[in-house]
Amino acid sequence: MKASVIVFPGSNCDRDAAVALEAASGLAPSMVWHGDSELPASDLIVLPGGFSYGDYLRSGAMAAHSPVMREVVARARGGTPVLGICNGFQVLTEAGLLPGVLMRNATLKFICRDVLLRVERNDTGFTRRYAQGEVVRFALANKDGGYFAEEATLDRLEGEGRIAFRYCDETGEISAAANPNGSRRNIAGLYNENGTVLGLMPHPERLADPALGGTDGAKMFLSLVETLH
Amino acid sequence: MKARITITLKPGVLDPQGKAIAGALHALGFDSVGDVRQGKYIEIEVAESDPSRARAEIERICEQLLANTIIENYAYELEAA
Amino acid sequence: MTIAARAERAAQSITPEIVAEHGLSPDEYKRLVAALGREPGLTELGIFSVMWSEHCSYKSSKVWLKKLPTEGPQVIQGPGENAGIVDLGDGQAAVFKMESHNHPSYIEPYQGAATGVGGIMRDVFTMGARPIANMNALRFGAPDHPKTKHLVSGVVSGIGDYGNCMGVPTVGGETNFDPRYNDNILVNAMCVGLVDTGRIFKAAAKGVGHPVVYVGSKTGRDGIHGATMASAEFDDASAEKRPTVQVGDPFTEKLLLEACLELMEEDAIVAIQDMGAAGLTSSSVEMADKGGVGIELDLDLVPTREGGMTAYEMMLSESQERMLMILKPGSETIAERVFRKWELDFSVIGYTTDTRRLVVRHRGVIEADIPLAALAHAAPVYERAWVKPEPQARVAPEEVPAPNSLPGALECLIGSPHLCSRRWIWEQYDHMVMADTVQRPGGDAAVVRVHGTKKGLAISCDVTPRYCAADPHQGAKQAVAECWRNLTAAGANPLAITDCMNFGNPERPEIMGTFAGAVEGMAEACTALSFPVVSGNVSLYNETNGVSIPPTPSIGGIGLIPDISTMATIALKRPGDVLMLLGKEEGHLGQSLYMQAMLDRSFGAPPPVDLKAERRTGDLVRGLIRAGGVSAVHDVSDGGVLVAIAEMALAGGHGVALDAAPGPLPAHAVWFGEDQARYIVAAPPDKADAVREAAEAAQVPFRQLGTVGGDAVRLDGEPPLPLAVLRTAHEDWLPRFMAHG
Repeated sequence: MKASVIVFPGSNCDRDAAVALEAASGLAPSMVWHGDSELPASDLIVLPGGFSYGDYLRSGAMAAHSPVMREVVARARGGTPVLGICNGFQVLTEAGLLPGVLMRNATLKFICRDVLLRVERNDTGFTRRYAQGEVVRFALANKDGGYFAEEATLDRLEGEGRIAFRYCDETGEISAAANPNGSRRNIAGLYNENGTVLGLMPHPERLADPALGGTDGAKMFLSLVETLH
Repeated sequence: MKARITITLKPGVLDPQGKAIAGALHALGFDSVGDVRQGKYIEIEVAESDPSRARAEIERICEQLLANTIIENYAYELEAA
Repeated sequence: MTIAARAERAAQSITPEIVAEHGLSPDEYKRLVAALGREPGLTELGIFSVMWSEHCSYKSSKVWLKKLPTEGPQVIQGPGENAGIVDLGDGQAAVFKMESHNHPSYIEPYQGAATGVGGIMRDVFTMGARPIANMNALRFGAPDHPKTKHLVSGVVSGIGDYGNCMGVPTVGGETNFDPRYNDNILVNAMCVGLVDTGRIFKAAAKGVGHPVVYVGSKTGRDGIHGATMASAEFDDASAEKRPTVQVGDPFTEKLLLEACLELMEEDAIVAIQDMGAAGLTSSSVEMADKGGVGIELDLDLVPTREGGMTAYEMMLSESQERMLMILKPGSETIAERVFRKWELDFSVIGYTTDTRRLVVRHRGVIEADIPLAALAHAAPVYERAWVKPEPQARVAPEEVPAPNSLPGALECLIGSPHLCSRRWIWEQYDHMVMADTVQRPGGDAAVVRVHGTKKGLAISCDVTPRYCAADPHQGAKQAVAECWRNLTAAGANPLAITDCMNFGNPERPEIMGTFAGAVEGMAEACTALSFPVVSGNVSLYNETNGVSIPPTPSIGGIGLIPDISTMATIALKRPGDVLMLLGKEEGHLGQSLYMQAMLDRSFGAPPPVDLKAERRTGDLVRGLIRAGGVSAVHDVSDGGVLVAIAEMALAGGHGVALDAAPGPLPAHAVWFGEDQARYIVAAPPDKADAVREAAEAAQVPFRQLGTVGGDAVRLDGEPPLPLAVLRTAHEDWLPRFMAHG
């Protein structure tokens, strides 16, 4: 699986994503500078976490206009899988590849802790290694993680089965108590129409190594390797 | 010309920062304070002296970058630099 | 007109008041004139004032700091560079330092704390090391002091926003509340970085005719006289000092970090230093002086963000996120390409010379022409008068009453501001970025994996200020010992320390006496524990209206875990495990948190520190950890044994059944005494005897405490304290305080 990780000024989880990708696929991904208008041939494009442009103006807003993003959008529209993690999810919404917007956490503070997510569908390239409805533990770390879209949009997304992950408790129940940041309908991750673009706020790459306290995230990268080989 | 731009959340969009400010004001004894909404104020100098061209430019700037039109409105005033 | 003639004209406008405003005494001014050979111009006066400030020259502390041990086989670089460096083996080294940003954080907590983090990270990456972990030691006033909540909120978000944006995990720290910090909070920021030993960059600007290059943010009027503010006490007019606080931009610093590391892979940089306190002045002077060269600057070439800046302002500005580099001639192009890629300012602003002088030109006029030796070596060195503090009497256990209920006292202590969970703080810090944090905040030490290896770096920040206030010598010994214990408890070999010496006004003999005592205590402990000081920082004048903070020598230590699979954590792992105490019990309650809670005051001598016992007990514990003989380890410190046990129970989610305290000491002295050199270990039943035998062989006192199991802390003869109740007490205080004050 040949992956490309886009590096914006201020990205800081690019190395973490590269480590997880290499561990799963055996191949180091290409690290692509935002200023390049060309993108190598890629089976998967990853927009990593971090603080592109310092999160100034709005998280992901300026990165979405980077030269490389024109090509990323084109590839995505052509069917290349794209994974946007945390700041990457924010960039995907700002670039129009996913609907909605990520807003300031309801607590108004940065939140760094593990969260439980329910896998809403296991039939995409990102989740085939998970069980339907499985409760997994990923790592949340952001200040602007509250997913928002208008009610009509949310209804449509649910109707189309585009919710990827929801914040839940250990029994898998989608509860207010399990929602760390005020995301509408406890949405932690979202797909595009074809299930080829995934944006999620929690980090799978941070819990993909037993030394770090969990490996639920590794299954996402393994799913991708399996799908894209 | 110089543009003074305000970006505000659309009505109905939850504004936790505005809510926090209102709470703090009440705690300080400003009981007459009702709803509070927080926005952004941005000043931009454009090298354009024709007002209608400047207006068009500022609107493009707001639509493309400064405001996320899903949740934000923008308003602006133009003046000679 | 020559500089001398201009200076003479300017000197007529340099009044004694202006000299005083620059923080120089009349004697210091005379000394300046003698060193310069004439009266200074205003820019020259400004340059001297910052280089001779306490913060930059260490004039009150130098004579004492010389007593600290700074060497060892593991030390690659001791004090004197931007940070200290310790060998980790296999061609890698750890670069680390701690610095204070106390005065700015009191005035503007968010920016003061943020720029403190920014500054310490630059000190690390200027040496070629990628920062891999941050820590901080915070001291706030009493919770009921009107400013405390605002300061906590500002400092924590400042540290969080800056460190998180930089993408460096903030993995731990210390937070204390004490009324003696009401008007002088302490913000000490520590950074640890990783470097290949063959690619270490230093500050000495060797070679004549080399380009001097400015990179990073543009220069503005931020923080002018920050160095002198750091060297002055507060009074009621301090609120007006707000404009001198620097404003940080972590996004630019992240770009600066990546650009510097990228250029460091080439063969272009001769020397590099960040522009911190006293900005362009201190960096240019120190680099040239270390290299034995002179330096000429043309300020017309300095990128500025405000119009009409004077030479004085440019030399004294403390605008953040700027570095000064000396490049190999011919490498300017490749260097500029790297910095432009990262969208940073890049400007060749001068050259090294052979004059050993600092010459500053602006608009064609020489604004400063000073021998470097005068700036770097002629600052006064004070042997300030000092008086030894009065020793306090040891407190007998009977002097502190027993509680109505031992479990009740435990619940009260663990729910107090001193011992409660700091989760509200550290969940605002990204402690997982870089995907190498193998031990998160909440334990004895944080541990980050050395990327790509099996090694772990354990990190801890420690000091117990109430002990230092009672006895600076014993208190400072205890700080070093506790740091050493915390690293050991995680399974690490303690390697070296950095320190932040936070004290009051050194011109007061009683304060100077506490500094002297603390240094001596540190020296004794560092020597006995083979734990040298490789870097550090001194912050004096932490006083307001003549009331000083307690002596607070913050110790930041690192240790090496050769294989993280043998790392220990505090969490109790399995019902049935046996709980044991290693170390001597003497029921020492003087200056204990129990005493403070029971009597609402603290008195007496702090617990004595027996360094031989520390070493013996620690080496035993480390050996047990490495041999896989224990399932949980926690050192005993604030609050004593019962608090430590509770922390282990809460971390693991398993209760304990404890045998009653044996006589003859009163039970409360056994459970809440803060005797040093002690650890609690848990081991599976089939390994417990081996622990006892090892303790006996090492001549370390041993007592079996009880067993792990159930859902409560059960003390024999007392009602059980359910973990759920303990957890609520532990987790509740801080979020409630911050929500409501």
